Amino acid sequence: MSGIIRKVGVCGAGGTMGAGIAIVTARAGFETVCYDLAQPALDAAAKQTAGFFGKSVDRGKMSAGERDAVLARMRATTSLDDLADCDLVIEAVFEDLKTKQQLFAALDPLCAKHTIFASNTSTLSITEIASQCGRQDRVVGMHFCLPAQLMKLIEMSPGMNTSRETFDTAWSFAEAAGQTPVRTQDKPGFILNALLVPFNNDVIRAVEAGVATPADIDAAIKTGLGYRMGPCELLDLIGLDTQLRLCEAFYPVTLDVRSSAPPLLRRMVAAGHLGRKTGRGFYTYDGNAMFGG
Amino acid sequence: MSGTMAYSIVTAGDSRSFPAGDAFLSGAAAGADVVVCLGAFHAPGSHRIDDAKTAILLELDTECLGVHTGESAGEEGSNVVGFARYRNGDDAPSGLIELVRQPSTHSSSVEAARVVFEAAGFTVVVCSDQAGRIIDRLVRPKYNAALRFLDEGLASARDMDLTCRLGLGYADGPIERVERGGLARHHEITQALFETYGTPGFAPARRAVVAHRRDRRQTGDKKEK
Repeated sequence: MSGIIRKVGVCGAGGTMGAGIAIVTARAGFETVCYDLAQPALDAAAKQTAGFFGKSVDRGKMSAGERDAVLARMRATTSLDDLADCDLVIEAVFEDLKTKQQLFAALDPLCAKHTIFASNTSTLSITEIASQCGRQDRVVGMHFCLPAQLMKLIEMSPGMNTSRETFDTAWSFAEAAGQTPVRTQDKPGFILNALLVPFNNDVIRAVEAGVATPADIDAAIKTGLGYRMGPCELLDLIGLDTQLRLCEAFYPVTLDVRSSAPPLLRRMVAAGHLGRKTGRGFYTYDGNAMFGG
Repeated sequence: MSGTMAYSIVTAGDSRSFPAGDAFLSGAAAGADVVVCLGAFHAPGSHRIDDAKTAILLELDTECLGVHTGESAGEEGSNVVGFARYRNGDDAPSGLIELVRQPSTHSSSVEAARVVFEAAGFTVVVCSDQAGRIIDRLVRPKYNAALRFLDEGLASARDMDLTCRLGLGYADGPIERVERGGLARHHEITQALFETYGTPGFAPARRAVVAHRRDRRQTGDKKEK
Protein backbone atom coordinates (compact mmCIF):
# COMPACT_ATOMS: atom_id res chain seq x y z
CA MET A 1 0.00 0.00 0.00
CA SER A 2 1.41 3.37 -0.96
CA GLY A 3 -0.15 5.25 1.92
CA ILE A 4 -0.61 8.24 -0.38
CA ILE A 5 -3.94 9.33 -1.76
CA ARG A 6 -3.90 11.22 -5.07
CA LYS A 7 -7.11 10.22 -6.78
CA VAL A 8 -10.47 9.80 -5.09
CA GLY A 9 -13.67 8.19 -6.34
CA VAL A 10 -17.03 9.17 -4.88
CA CYS A 11 -19.91 6.76 -5.38
CA GLY A 12 -23.35 8.27 -5.14
CA ALA A 13 -21.99 11.61 -6.30
CA GLY A 14 -25.36 12.48 -7.82
CA GLY A 15 -26.82 12.71 -4.33
CA THR A 16 -26.59 15.55 -1.84
CA MET A 17 -24.00 13.92 0.42
CA GLY A 18 -21.91 12.45 -2.41
CA ALA A 19 -21.82 15.75 -4.27
CA GLY A 20 -20.69 17.50 -1.09
CA ILE A 21 -17.93 14.98 -0.49
CA ALA A 22 -16.73 15.40 -4.08
CA ILE A 23 -16.52 19.15 -3.50
CA VAL A 24 -14.40 18.55 -0.39
CA THR A 25 -11.94 16.27 -2.18
CA ALA A 26 -11.61 18.32 -5.37
CA ARG A 27 -11.29 21.57 -3.42
CA ALA A 28 -8.42 20.04 -1.45
CA GLY A 29 -6.52 19.22 -4.64
CA PHE A 30 -7.43 15.57 -5.20
CA GLU A 31 -8.38 14.27 -8.62
CA THR A 32 -12.02 13.33 -8.12
CA VAL A 33 -14.12 10.86 -10.06
CA CYS A 34 -17.84 11.35 -9.44
CA TYR A 35 -19.74 8.11 -9.98
CA ASP A 36 -23.46 7.52 -9.98
CA LEU A 37 -25.87 5.21 -11.75
CA ALA A 38 -27.81 7.96 -13.51
CA GLN A 39 -26.29 10.66 -15.70
CA PRO A 40 -29.11 13.16 -14.97
CA ALA A 41 -28.28 13.02 -11.27
CA LEU A 42 -24.62 13.66 -12.05
CA ASP A 43 -25.55 16.54 -14.34
CA ALA A 44 -27.68 18.11 -11.64
CA ALA A 45 -24.90 17.68 -9.08
CA ALA A 46 -22.36 19.22 -11.49
CA LYS A 47 -24.62 22.24 -11.93
CA GLN A 48 -24.98 22.64 -8.16
CA THR A 49 -21.24 22.22 -7.71
CA ALA A 50 -20.50 24.91 -10.30
CA GLY A 51 -22.97 27.15 -8.50
CA PHE A 52 -21.32 26.47 -5.15
CA PHE A 53 -17.86 27.38 -6.42
CA GLY A 54 -19.31 30.36 -8.27
CA LYS A 55 -20.54 31.70 -4.93
CA SER A 56 -17.12 31.00 -3.43
CA VAL A 57 -15.61 33.24 -6.10
CA ASP A 58 -18.25 35.91 -5.57
CA ARG A 59 -17.52 35.91 -1.84
CA GLY A 60 -13.79 36.15 -2.38
CA LYS A 61 -13.04 32.73 -0.96
CA MET A 62 -11.28 31.63 -4.15
CA SER A 63 -10.25 33.16 -7.47
CA ALA A 64 -11.91 32.33 -10.79
CA GLY A 65 -8.71 30.53 -11.79
CA GLU A 66 -8.83 28.39 -8.65
CA ARG A 67 -12.47 27.58 -9.32
CA ASP A 68 -11.67 26.48 -12.85
CA ALA A 69 -8.82 24.32 -11.57
CA VAL A 70 -11.07 22.63 -9.00
CA LEU A 71 -13.76 21.93 -11.57
CA ALA A 72 -11.13 20.56 -13.93
CA ARG A 73 -10.15 18.03 -11.26
CA MET A 74 -13.71 16.65 -11.20
CA ARG A 75 -14.94 14.08 -13.71
CA ALA A 76 -18.35 12.43 -13.78
CA THR A 77 -19.03 8.88 -14.86
CA THR A 78 -21.67 6.17 -14.79
CA SER A 79 -19.09 3.43 -15.26
CA LEU A 80 -17.50 1.75 -12.25
CA ASP A 81 -14.49 0.96 -14.47
CA ASP A 82 -13.51 4.62 -14.25
CA LEU A 83 -12.79 4.17 -10.54
CA ALA A 84 -10.11 1.54 -11.23
CA ASP A 85 -7.12 3.81 -10.67
CA CYS A 86 -8.46 5.62 -7.60
CA ASP A 87 -6.44 5.39 -4.40
CA LEU A 88 -9.53 5.91 -2.28
CA VAL A 89 -13.18 5.25 -3.08
CA ILE A 90 -15.75 6.82 -0.78
CA GLU A 91 -19.26 5.50 -1.04
CA ALA A 92 -22.27 7.65 -0.21
CA VAL A 93 -24.93 5.46 -1.76
CA PHE A 94 -28.33 4.50 -0.35
CA GLU A 95 -28.14 3.55 3.34
CA ASP A 96 -28.69 -0.16 2.84
CA LEU A 97 -26.27 -2.89 3.88
CA LYS A 98 -26.68 -5.07 0.79
CA THR A 99 -26.36 -2.11 -1.57
CA LYS A 100 -23.09 -1.06 0.04
CA GLN A 101 -21.77 -4.62 0.21
CA GLN A 102 -22.57 -5.21 -3.46
CA LEU A 103 -20.88 -1.97 -4.47
CA PHE A 104 -17.63 -2.80 -2.69
CA ALA A 105 -17.74 -6.38 -3.99
CA ALA A 106 -18.06 -5.03 -7.53
CA LEU A 107 -15.23 -2.56 -7.01
CA ASP A 108 -12.82 -5.07 -5.48
CA PRO A 109 -11.72 -6.77 -8.73
CA LEU A 110 -11.62 -3.45 -10.58
CA CYS A 111 -9.49 -1.42 -8.20
CA ALA A 112 -5.78 -1.63 -7.40
CA LYS A 113 -4.74 -3.66 -4.39
CA HIS A 114 -3.80 -0.58 -2.41
CA THR A 115 -7.14 1.16 -2.97
CA ILE A 116 -8.98 1.96 0.23
CA PHE A 117 -12.76 1.69 0.35
CA ALA A 118 -14.46 4.13 2.69
CA SER A 119 -18.10 4.10 3.68
CA ASN A 120 -20.03 7.22 4.58
CA THR A 121 -22.63 5.18 6.45
CA SER A 122 -24.18 6.85 9.48
CA THR A 123 -25.85 3.78 10.96
CA LEU A 124 -24.46 0.54 9.52
CA SER A 125 -21.53 -1.49 10.76
CA ILE A 126 -18.26 -0.92 8.90
CA THR A 127 -17.30 -4.51 9.67
CA GLU A 128 -20.50 -5.81 8.07
CA ILE A 129 -20.15 -3.57 5.04
CA ALA A 130 -16.58 -4.78 4.57
CA SER A 131 -17.38 -8.43 5.09
CA GLN A 132 -18.27 -9.27 1.48
CA CYS A 133 -15.66 -7.33 -0.48
CA GLY A 134 -12.50 -9.40 -0.25
CA ARG A 135 -10.40 -6.60 1.24
CA GLN A 136 -11.71 -6.16 4.74
CA ASP A 137 -8.37 -4.80 5.89
CA ARG A 138 -8.70 -1.88 3.46
CA VAL A 139 -12.19 -0.70 4.41
CA VAL A 140 -12.79 2.17 6.79
CA GLY A 141 -15.72 4.27 7.97
CA MET A 142 -15.66 7.96 7.05
CA HIS A 143 -18.92 9.58 8.07
CA PHE A 144 -19.16 13.13 6.76
CA CYS A 145 -21.83 15.51 8.09
CA LEU A 146 -24.41 17.31 5.99
CA PRO A 147 -23.74 19.62 4.23
CA ALA A 148 -20.39 17.94 3.63
CA GLN A 149 -18.93 20.88 1.70
CA LEU A 150 -19.39 23.10 4.77
CA MET A 151 -19.01 20.76 7.75
CA LYS A 152 -15.49 19.89 8.89
CA LEU A 153 -16.26 16.85 10.98
CA ILE A 154 -15.61 13.28 9.83
CA GLU A 155 -16.32 10.35 12.15
CA MET A 156 -13.63 7.77 11.36
CA SER A 157 -14.25 4.14 12.31
CA PRO A 158 -12.10 1.09 11.76
CA GLY A 159 -13.92 -2.21 11.21
CA MET A 160 -12.77 -5.28 13.12
CA ASN A 161 -10.41 -6.24 10.28
CA THR A 162 -9.30 -2.77 9.18
CA SER A 163 -5.51 -2.53 9.19
CA ARG A 164 -3.73 0.15 11.15
CA GLU A 165 -2.10 1.36 7.93
CA THR A 166 -5.47 1.76 6.21
CA PHE A 167 -6.90 3.74 9.09
CA ASP A 168 -3.83 5.96 9.34
CA THR A 169 -3.81 6.63 5.59
CA ALA A 170 -7.50 7.52 5.59
CA TRP A 171 -6.98 9.74 8.65
CA SER A 172 -4.12 11.57 6.92
CA PHE A 173 -6.28 12.00 3.84
CA ALA A 174 -9.07 13.52 5.96
CA GLU A 175 -6.66 16.02 7.44
CA ALA A 176 -5.17 16.80 4.03
CA ALA A 177 -8.70 17.45 2.78
CA GLY A 178 -9.05 20.15 5.42
CA GLN A 179 -11.43 18.13 7.58
CA THR A 180 -11.40 17.40 11.31
CA PRO A 181 -11.46 13.63 11.89
CA VAL A 182 -12.54 12.07 15.17
CA ARG A 183 -12.01 8.42 16.01
CA THR A 184 -14.93 6.25 17.05
CA GLN A 185 -15.57 2.56 17.43
CA ASP A 186 -17.65 0.68 14.87
CA LYS A 187 -20.90 0.90 16.84
CA PRO A 188 -24.41 1.92 15.73
CA GLY A 189 -24.57 5.64 15.05
CA PHE A 190 -20.92 6.14 15.97
CA ILE A 191 -20.87 9.24 18.20
CA LEU A 192 -23.15 11.74 16.57
CA ASN A 193 -26.21 9.67 15.82
CA ALA A 194 -25.75 7.51 18.91
CA LEU A 195 -26.32 10.66 20.95
CA LEU A 196 -28.73 12.47 18.65
CA VAL A 197 -31.26 9.81 17.64
CA PRO A 198 -32.30 8.86 21.22
CA PHE A 199 -32.28 12.53 22.25
CA ASN A 200 -34.62 13.40 19.39
CA ASN A 201 -36.89 10.52 20.42
CA ASP A 202 -36.94 11.86 23.98
CA VAL A 203 -38.04 15.20 22.57
CA ILE A 204 -40.84 13.58 20.56
CA ARG A 205 -41.97 11.65 23.65
CA ALA A 206 -41.96 14.87 25.68
CA VAL A 207 -44.22 16.52 23.09
CA GLU A 208 -46.48 13.49 23.11
CA ALA A 209 -46.60 13.50 26.92
CA GLY A 210 -47.67 17.12 26.92
CA VAL A 211 -44.59 18.31 28.79
CA ALA A 212 -44.39 21.41 26.60
CA THR A 213 -45.10 22.65 23.10
CA PRO A 214 -42.47 22.13 20.37
CA ALA A 215 -41.90 25.90 20.34
CA ASP A 216 -41.28 26.01 24.09
CA ILE A 217 -38.99 22.96 23.94
CA ASP A 218 -36.97 24.60 21.16
CA ALA A 219 -36.81 27.91 23.01
CA ALA A 220 -35.69 26.16 26.19
CA ILE A 221 -32.96 24.17 24.49
CA LYS A 222 -31.63 27.13 22.51
CA THR A 223 -31.69 29.56 25.41
CA GLY A 224 -30.63 27.18 28.16
CA LEU A 225 -28.02 25.15 26.30
CA GLY A 226 -26.95 27.47 23.50
CA TYR A 227 -27.84 25.05 20.69
CA ARG A 228 -28.08 26.78 17.34
CA MET A 229 -31.29 24.99 16.44
CA GLY A 230 -34.06 23.55 18.57
CA PRO A 231 -34.61 19.79 18.37
CA CYS A 232 -38.08 20.14 16.82
CA GLU A 233 -36.71 22.51 14.21
CA LEU A 234 -33.91 20.03 13.53
CA LEU A 235 -36.32 17.11 13.24
CA ASP A 236 -38.39 19.06 10.74
CA LEU A 237 -35.22 19.79 8.78
CA ILE A 238 -33.87 16.26 8.63
CA GLY A 239 -37.35 14.81 8.13
CA LEU A 240 -39.52 12.77 10.46
CA ASP A 241 -39.30 9.86 8.00
CA THR A 242 -35.52 9.96 8.28
CA GLN A 243 -35.77 9.87 12.08
CA LEU A 244 -38.07 6.84 11.80
CA ARG A 245 -35.60 5.08 9.50
CA LEU A 246 -32.80 5.78 11.96
CA CYS A 247 -34.87 4.32 14.81
CA GLU A 248 -35.58 1.23 12.77
CA ALA A 249 -31.87 0.82 12.03
CA PHE A 250 -30.76 1.33 15.63
CA TYR A 251 -33.32 -0.29 17.87
CA PRO A 252 -33.07 -3.88 16.55
CA VAL A 253 -29.29 -3.70 17.04
CA THR A 254 -29.06 -1.86 20.36
CA LEU A 255 -32.39 -2.74 22.05
CA ASP A 256 -32.07 0.64 23.73
CA VAL A 257 -35.63 1.79 24.34
CA ARG A 258 -34.62 5.41 23.81
CA SER A 259 -33.79 4.45 20.21
CA SER A 260 -37.19 2.91 19.56
CA ALA A 261 -39.60 4.94 17.46
CA PRO A 262 -42.08 6.90 19.62
CA PRO A 263 -45.74 6.35 18.69
CA LEU A 264 -46.13 10.04 17.82
CA LEU A 265 -43.28 9.76 15.30
CA ARG A 266 -45.01 6.87 13.56
CA ARG A 267 -48.30 8.77 13.47
CA MET A 268 -46.67 11.90 12.06
CA VAL A 269 -44.97 9.92 9.31
CA ALA A 270 -48.21 8.08 8.50
CA ALA A 271 -50.02 11.41 8.32
CA GLY A 272 -47.42 12.83 5.96
CA HIS A 273 -46.16 15.36 8.51
CA LEU A 274 -42.54 14.82 7.57
CA GLY A 275 -41.24 18.30 8.29
CA ARG A 276 -40.04 20.97 5.87
CA LYS A 277 -40.18 18.65 2.88
CA THR A 278 -43.97 18.29 3.14
CA GLY A 279 -44.64 21.72 4.59
CA ARG A 280 -45.73 20.38 7.95
CA GLY A 281 -44.03 18.69 10.86
CA PHE A 282 -43.82 20.12 14.34
CA TYR A 283 -44.25 23.47 12.61
CA THR A 284 -45.93 24.45 9.36
CA TYR A 285 -44.00 25.95 6.45
CA ASP A 286 -44.66 27.95 3.34
CA GLY A 287 -41.53 27.71 1.20
CA ASN A 288 -38.60 28.44 3.45
CA ALA A 289 -40.65 30.42 5.91
CA MET A 290 -41.65 28.78 9.16
CA PHE A 291 -44.87 29.52 10.93
CA GLY A 292 -46.47 28.74 14.21
CA GLY A 293 -45.20 26.47 16.88
CA MET B 1 -51.37 41.06 29.78
CA SER B 2 -48.14 42.80 28.90
CA GLY B 3 -45.69 45.32 30.23
CA THR B 4 -44.50 45.05 33.79
CA MET B 5 -45.90 43.73 37.02
CA ALA B 6 -44.71 44.37 40.55
CA TYR B 7 -43.42 41.44 42.57
CA SER B 8 -42.29 40.88 46.10
CA ILE B 9 -39.77 38.27 47.22
CA VAL B 10 -39.83 35.83 50.10
CA THR B 11 -36.68 33.83 50.71
CA ALA B 12 -35.89 30.61 52.51
CA GLY B 13 -32.17 30.17 52.12
CA ASP B 14 -30.03 30.39 49.00
CA SER B 15 -31.65 30.50 45.60
CA ARG B 16 -30.12 28.64 42.65
CA SER B 17 -32.09 30.83 40.25
CA PHE B 18 -31.18 34.19 41.69
CA PRO B 19 -27.97 34.14 43.74
CA ALA B 20 -27.10 37.07 45.97
CA GLY B 21 -26.48 40.18 43.94
CA ASP B 22 -28.65 39.13 40.99
CA ALA B 23 -30.40 42.10 39.41
CA PHE B 24 -33.80 40.42 39.70
CA LEU B 25 -33.59 40.63 43.50
CA SER B 26 -33.31 44.38 43.48
CA GLY B 27 -36.50 44.79 41.40
CA ALA B 28 -38.81 43.54 44.15
CA ALA B 29 -41.43 45.72 45.83
CA ALA B 30 -43.08 44.91 49.17
CA GLY B 31 -46.74 43.98 49.18
CA ALA B 32 -47.00 43.26 45.44
CA ASP B 33 -49.69 41.01 44.02
CA VAL B 34 -47.12 38.54 42.69
CA VAL B 35 -44.97 36.82 45.29
CA VAL B 36 -41.71 35.13 44.28
CA CYS B 37 -40.64 32.44 46.76
CA LEU B 38 -36.94 31.72 46.52
CA GLY B 39 -34.82 29.06 48.13
CA ALA B 40 -35.45 25.76 49.79
CA PHE B 41 -39.22 25.65 50.14
CA HIS B 42 -38.92 21.91 49.92
CA ALA B 43 -41.22 20.70 52.64
CA PRO B 44 -44.97 20.87 52.06
CA GLY B 45 -46.42 23.59 54.20
CA SER B 46 -43.12 25.35 54.67
CA HIS B 47 -44.58 28.36 52.90
CA ARG B 48 -47.92 30.08 53.13
CA ILE B 49 -50.09 30.05 50.02
CA ASP B 50 -52.17 33.20 49.86
CA ASP B 51 -55.19 32.67 47.62
CA ALA B 52 -55.72 36.40 47.34
CA LYS B 53 -52.51 36.93 45.40
CA THR B 54 -52.49 36.98 41.59
CA ALA B 55 -49.64 34.51 41.58
CA ILE B 56 -47.28 32.77 43.95
CA LEU B 57 -44.11 31.86 42.05
CA LEU B 58 -42.38 29.00 43.81
CA GLU B 59 -38.79 28.14 42.99
CA LEU B 60 -38.31 24.42 42.34
CA ASP B 61 -35.23 22.27 42.41
CA THR B 62 -35.62 18.63 41.33
CA GLU B 63 -39.06 18.18 42.83
CA CYS B 64 -42.47 18.53 41.20
CA LEU B 65 -44.73 21.44 42.06
CA GLY B 66 -47.30 18.96 43.34
CA VAL B 67 -45.01 18.17 46.27
CA HIS B 68 -45.86 21.65 47.57
CA THR B 69 -49.42 22.11 46.40
CA GLY B 70 -50.84 18.62 46.47
CA GLU B 71 -52.54 16.81 43.62
CA SER B 72 -56.13 15.75 43.02
CA ALA B 73 -57.05 13.33 40.22
CA GLY B 74 -55.57 15.50 37.52
CA GLU B 75 -57.64 18.54 38.43
CA GLU B 76 -55.14 20.19 40.77
CA GLY B 77 -54.05 23.75 40.29
CA SER B 78 -54.21 27.14 41.97
CA ASN B 79 -52.46 30.48 41.83
CA VAL B 80 -49.13 28.77 42.56
CA VAL B 81 -46.78 28.52 39.59
CA GLY B 82 -43.51 26.63 39.87
CA PHE B 83 -40.38 27.91 38.23
CA ALA B 84 -36.67 27.39 37.88
CA ARG B 85 -34.02 29.38 36.10
CA TYR B 86 -32.01 26.79 34.22
CA ARG B 87 -28.49 26.42 35.47
CA ASN B 88 -25.83 23.83 34.72
CA GLY B 89 -24.40 23.01 38.15
CA ASP B 90 -22.60 26.04 39.46
CA ASP B 91 -22.28 27.71 36.07
CA ALA B 92 -23.83 31.16 36.00
CA PRO B 93 -27.62 30.87 35.72
CA SER B 94 -28.91 31.03 32.14
CA GLY B 95 -31.44 33.41 30.68
CA LEU B 96 -34.12 30.74 30.67
CA ILE B 97 -37.03 30.48 33.08
CA GLU B 98 -39.03 27.26 33.01
CA LEU B 99 -42.53 27.84 34.40
CA VAL B 100 -44.35 24.82 35.79
CA ARG B 101 -48.12 24.63 35.77
CA GLN B 102 -50.54 22.02 37.01
CA PRO B 103 -53.63 21.04 34.99
CA SER B 104 -55.83 23.67 36.63
CA THR B 105 -53.28 26.32 37.47
CA HIS B 106 -54.90 29.69 36.87
CA SER B 107 -54.00 31.00 33.43
CA SER B 108 -53.87 34.50 34.90
CA SER B 109 -51.20 33.32 37.35
CA VAL B 110 -49.10 31.77 34.56
CA GLU B 111 -49.45 34.94 32.52
CA ALA B 112 -48.45 37.08 35.49
CA ALA B 113 -45.37 34.93 35.95
CA ARG B 114 -44.50 35.34 32.30
CA VAL B 115 -44.85 39.11 32.51
CA VAL B 116 -42.67 39.35 35.63
CA PHE B 117 -39.85 37.30 34.16
CA GLU B 118 -39.99 38.62 30.62
CA ALA B 119 -39.89 42.16 31.94
CA ALA B 120 -36.70 41.17 33.73
CA GLY B 121 -35.20 40.05 30.41
CA PHE B 122 -35.68 36.30 30.60
CA THR B 123 -36.87 33.84 27.97
CA VAL B 124 -39.90 32.13 29.46
CA VAL B 125 -41.24 28.69 28.57
CA VAL B 126 -44.11 26.78 30.13
CA CYS B 127 -44.16 23.09 30.94
CA SER B 128 -46.40 20.68 32.77
CA ASP B 129 -45.51 19.48 36.25
CA GLN B 130 -43.07 16.75 35.21
CA ALA B 131 -39.82 15.90 36.94
CA GLY B 132 -36.88 17.47 35.17
CA ARG B 133 -39.13 20.04 33.50
CA ILE B 134 -37.90 20.46 29.90
CA ILE B 135 -34.13 20.66 29.87
CA ASP B 136 -33.09 18.18 32.53
CA ARG B 137 -35.66 15.67 31.32
CA LEU B 138 -34.16 15.87 27.84
CA VAL B 139 -30.43 16.35 28.33
CA ARG B 140 -29.69 14.22 31.39
CA PRO B 141 -30.26 10.92 29.54
CA LYS B 142 -27.93 12.19 26.84
CA TYR B 143 -25.24 12.98 29.40
CA ASN B 144 -25.76 9.51 30.87
CA ALA B 145 -25.28 7.99 27.42
CA ALA B 146 -22.14 10.02 26.77
CA LEU B 147 -20.67 8.97 30.13
CA ARG B 148 -21.48 5.33 29.34
CA PHE B 149 -19.92 5.64 25.88
CA LEU B 150 -16.80 7.01 27.53
CA ASP B 151 -16.63 3.98 29.82
CA GLU B 152 -17.21 1.62 26.90
CA GLY B 153 -14.45 3.19 24.80
CA LEU B 154 -16.67 4.39 21.96
CA ALA B 155 -14.53 7.52 21.72
CA SER B 156 -12.45 9.79 23.87
CA ALA B 157 -14.09 12.62 25.80
CA ARG B 158 -12.32 15.07 23.52
CA ASP B 159 -13.64 13.43 20.38
CA MET B 160 -17.20 13.16 21.71
CA ASP B 161 -17.21 16.82 22.68
CA LEU B 162 -15.61 17.86 19.40
CA THR B 163 -18.17 15.83 17.46
CA CYS B 164 -21.06 17.59 19.17
CA ARG B 165 -19.54 21.02 18.71
CA LEU B 166 -18.59 20.57 15.06
CA GLY B 167 -21.34 18.20 13.97
CA LEU B 168 -24.29 19.60 15.87
CA GLY B 169 -23.27 23.17 16.57
CA TYR B 170 -23.44 22.79 20.35
CA ALA B 171 -21.72 25.43 22.41
CA ASP B 172 -20.00 22.69 24.39
CA GLY B 173 -19.87 18.90 24.33
CA PRO B 174 -21.74 16.59 26.70
CA ILE B 175 -18.76 15.40 28.70
CA GLU B 176 -17.23 18.81 29.28
CA ARG B 177 -20.66 20.19 30.15
CA VAL B 178 -21.72 17.52 32.61
CA GLU B 179 -18.31 17.52 34.28
CA ARG B 180 -18.32 21.30 34.56
CA GLY B 181 -21.80 21.18 36.08
CA GLY B 182 -20.62 18.54 38.51
CA LEU B 183 -21.10 14.79 38.30
CA ALA B 184 -22.46 14.70 41.85
CA ARG B 185 -25.12 17.25 40.85
CA HIS B 186 -25.84 15.15 37.74
CA HIS B 187 -26.35 12.19 40.08
CA GLU B 188 -28.75 14.19 42.23
CA ILE B 189 -30.86 15.20 39.23
CA THR B 190 -30.87 11.84 37.47
CA GLN B 191 -31.58 9.99 40.70
CA ALA B 192 -34.69 12.15 41.18
CA LEU B 193 -35.73 11.48 37.58
CA PHE B 194 -35.09 7.76 37.88
CA GLU B 195 -37.07 7.53 41.13
CA THR B 196 -39.95 9.28 39.42
CA TYR B 197 -40.05 7.48 36.08
CA GLY B 198 -38.04 4.30 36.54
CA THR B 199 -36.81 4.25 32.96
CA PRO B 200 -33.20 3.18 32.39
CA GLY B 201 -32.20 6.32 30.50
CA PHE B 202 -32.54 8.33 33.70
CA ALA B 203 -30.53 5.96 35.90
CA PRO B 204 -27.37 7.78 37.01
CA ALA B 205 -24.33 6.79 34.96
CA ARG B 206 -21.50 4.96 36.70
CA ARG B 207 -19.27 8.03 36.76
CA ALA B 208 -22.04 10.01 38.43
CA VAL B 209 -22.51 7.28 41.03
CA VAL B 210 -18.78 7.33 41.75
CA ALA B 211 -18.78 11.11 42.10
CA HIS B 212 -21.80 10.97 44.40
CA ARG B 213 -20.21 8.35 46.65
CA ARG B 214 -16.93 10.23 46.81
CA ASP B 215 -18.84 13.38 47.63
CA ARG B 216 -20.74 11.60 50.37
CA ARG B 217 -17.59 10.02 51.78
CA GLN B 218 -15.76 13.34 51.83
CA THR B 219 -18.74 15.01 53.49
CA GLY B 220 -18.80 12.22 56.05
CA ASP B 221 -15.08 12.61 56.66
CA LYS B 222 -15.57 16.30 57.35
CA LYS B 223 -18.39 15.62 59.78
CA GLU B 224 -16.25 13.11 61.69
CA LYS B 225 -13.53 15.73 62.11
